[in-house]
Amino acid sequence: MAIVYQKTKGLTDAETHYCPGCTHGIIHKLVAESLEELGVLEKTVGIAPVGCSVFAYDYFNCDMLEAAHGRAPAVATGVKRVLPDHVVFTYQGDGDLAAIGTAEIVHAAMRGEKITTIFVNNAIYGMTGGQMAPTTLVGQRATTAPLGRDRNHAGSPIRMAEILATLDGAAYIERVTVISPSHIMKAKRAIKKAFELQMEGRGFTMIEVLSSCPTNWGLTPVNALNWLNENMIPVFPLGVFKDVTKEEV
Amino acid sequence: MAYNEIIVAGFGGQGVMSIGTTMAEAAMSQGLNVSWLPSYGPEMRGGTANCCVVIADSEIISPIVLEPSELIAMNQPSLDKFEPAVKPGGLILVNKSIVERGIRRDDVRAVYVPSLEIASELGNMRVANMVMLGAYIEATKQLKFETVINMLRHIFTGKKAHLVELNEIALQRGAACSSGL
Amino acid sequence: MAKELWKGNEAIAEAAIRAGCRCYFGYPITPQSEIPEYMSLHMPEAGGVFLQSESEIAAINMVYGASGAGARVMTSSSSPGISLKQEGISYMCGAELPGVIVNVMRGGPGLGTIQPAQGDYYQATRGGGNGDYRLIVFAPANIQEVVDLMQEAFELADKYRMPVMMLLDGMIGQMMEPVEWKRPALSPEDLPAKPWATTGTKGERRPNIINSLFINPDACNDHNRHLEEKYQRVIENEQRYEINDADEAEVLFVAYGTPARLARAAARLLGEEGIKAGVFRPITVWPYPYEALHEAASKESVRAVVTVEMSTGQMVDDVRIGVNGIKPVSFVGQAGGVIPTPREVADAARKALGR
Ligand SMILES: Cc1ncc(C[n+]2csc(CCOP(=O)(O)OP(=O)(O)O)c2C)c(N)n1
Ligand code: SF4
Repeated sequence: MAIVYQKTKGLTDAETHYCPGCTHGIIHKLVAESLEELGVLEKTVGIAPVGCSVFAYDYFNCDMLEAAHGRAPAVATGVKRVLPDHVVFTYQGDGDLAAIGTAEIVHAAMRGEKITTIFVNNAIYGMTGGQMAPTTLVGQRATTAPLGRDRNHAGSPIRMAEILATLDGAAYIERVTVISPSHIMKAKRAIKKAFELQMEGRGFTMIEVLSSCPTNWGLTPVNALNWLNENMIPVFPLGVFKDVTKEEV
Repeated sequence: MAYNEIIVAGFGGQGVMSIGTTMAEAAMSQGLNVSWLPSYGPEMRGGTANCCVVIADSEIISPIVLEPSELIAMNQPSLDKFEPAVKPGGLILVNKSIVERGIRRDDVRAVYVPSLEIASELGNMRVANMVMLGAYIEATKQLKFETVINMLRHIFTGKKAHLVELNEIALQRGAACSSGL
Repeated sequence: MAKELWKGNEAIAEAAIRAGCRCYFGYPITPQSEIPEYMSLHMPEAGGVFLQSESEIAAINMVYGASGAGARVMTSSSSPGISLKQEGISYMCGAELPGVIVNVMRGGPGLGTIQPAQGDYYQATRGGGNGDYRLIVFAPANIQEVVDLMQEAFELADKYRMPVMMLLDGMIGQMMEPVEWKRPALSPEDLPAKPWATTGTKGERRPNIINSLFINPDACNDHNRHLEEKYQRVIENEQRYEINDADEAEVLFVAYGTPARLARAAARLLGEEGIKAGVFRPITVWPYPYEALHEAASKESVRAVVTVEMSTGQMVDDVRIGVNGIKPVSFVGQAGGVIPTPREVADAARKALGR
């Protein structure tokens, strides 16, 4: 019988610890498939963050390092400078990348560090139990914003894709989501392209993926996807914010 | 001298923690010393959860319970895990609705409580934990029904006041499971 | 007053508000996230400031600023986050700024585990940041004590103009015990004035400067001498400890926080076999009650001193300093989030006694 579908070799057989309906798993799969299809799994080094995806080192079937909270881009820099012909990626949540690790990500992008960052934005701190993230929407409740995020007090959501796209070192920056099959296919193309541009040595690449956290949003998995669609996308518009290949034309 | 060391264990979401806090609150209002210690961590999302409760009329030395005098096993993995640790002569309350086996030890007592069946007869699945608590109170006589009912009167007021009676019945139905002991 | 059942972390937060603290800055981390969560609701209710910072580094520097501006202020975190605060703590000590830092310890090193541990003893008592500085470090063992010490922590911080650390472990943070609010709640108006604070000169005084830079080495040396004199005063006046069942004890356990409770449980087990065991519990681990420990260990009945910790052995260094060779000192403990059992502790005592 012909094989029509097979689990990617980019993932191990480990059972993930993600909550039912969490989209972290889909994003893992897209990253793993891209690396496999590009034939670079054996020369890829990934950096796991601190957040719900901290155990990513058990899930990706390539060499992995676990970094301190927010420091993955600095760790990736160290790896890439030693192994310039390898593929290096970080996989980070919004607390990790856009709060504690803001300096590291901005400076990695500024240097045009030839790495790929997969930025999973779920507008909340998942791992620690639903505290406010820098990407939490105004009015959205969190355990440290029990009455909802107040713009006056805690500001408004930070748009990392837009911010990083202003830096000359950034080669490719796109925001995608995984709430429907067509969105998932688009996300996959974006992730693969980012890896390709990294391999071409074009500079820093980041794909921001809007992701769901049914557990801490207090929604069923399906409602969480709908909530994301209705509330997050208007604040975090999907699209390409930087593409060096387009600038050349 | 009363020194009850209790482990309440089950799936996250079964109300294991709140059975423990209710016991601790009740004991405290009866003037006893108490401590309540939860397991914590990511395994609580859908995984197993447990809490240790110590109730004593003397000073509580350690809040950690390694050898419980009483175990409330809300699911099978909890019974498997904690049954061997129960003190000889101790008590195991088994949530018969979802635990398929009986206890294996012959040096401890067991009470089997069909908490879900009773709760469904009473028309409210949320009272399943009250059924377990009723069985515990009857079996150990450490806490008083009166205390718990008074607490319920404070929690359920106004529109929810009718829930006091429902919970009271749930306590009694649970108690009946222990009455043959 | 009636007793209320409180979770450790929430009790800490409430105790701080009752101590007149109206300023909290912090970043979530298990097992202490209930502190910022509680503060996020109740600090604004009390008319105070709650702010979730972007990192622990930012939080401690917000504390630096708020303290400089004269506020009674605190932050809290757990081990990896406390590591990040070390720079700020060093600066606060250098600039002589009060503040309370709560560390609800978990297992390390690195990301470690979220389960309770005591691996930050060196960091707390020896200083994790640069320079010659000290913190007053309280190590309560139950929630009532946590609550009682919280007000004292703020008072001593203001009195000596230095940061005070509350050193707890995840178990104390997560558990619930009855609490009695013994002292009346303070409001910021009740607190002592801080004429040194940078609150604006209002044209009435010369500018105040809060600073830890003394570029001239002689001036920096003088500053260090001044700090050292202050620390000596703390050593003389602020040691706290508790001794249980030490009369006629053959073995003396030394433990702080949760392990002190385990040691007392172990002492009970030993008592059942006719072995008398006492427990010496430092409540301040800096300043360390060396002399009191020395005295307890010098009792004729004591044949062995056994240190119990949730680490691979850190406080045992201080125990050795205190006991100073007059009795054999041994160690028992577990690290990385595993809690030693009273049986293990009792076994270690028997071994130390050669039985
Ligand atoms: C220095 C430090 N501070 C805080 C933490 C606690 N912590 C672990 S994960 C996390 C945030 C996770 O949120 P995010 O990055 O958005 O990822 P998610 O869990 O939502 O996927 C925090 C604050 C830590 N481990 N280390
Ligand atoms: S807490 Fe949220 S982000 Fe984390 S695994 Fe669960 S659903 Fe996913």
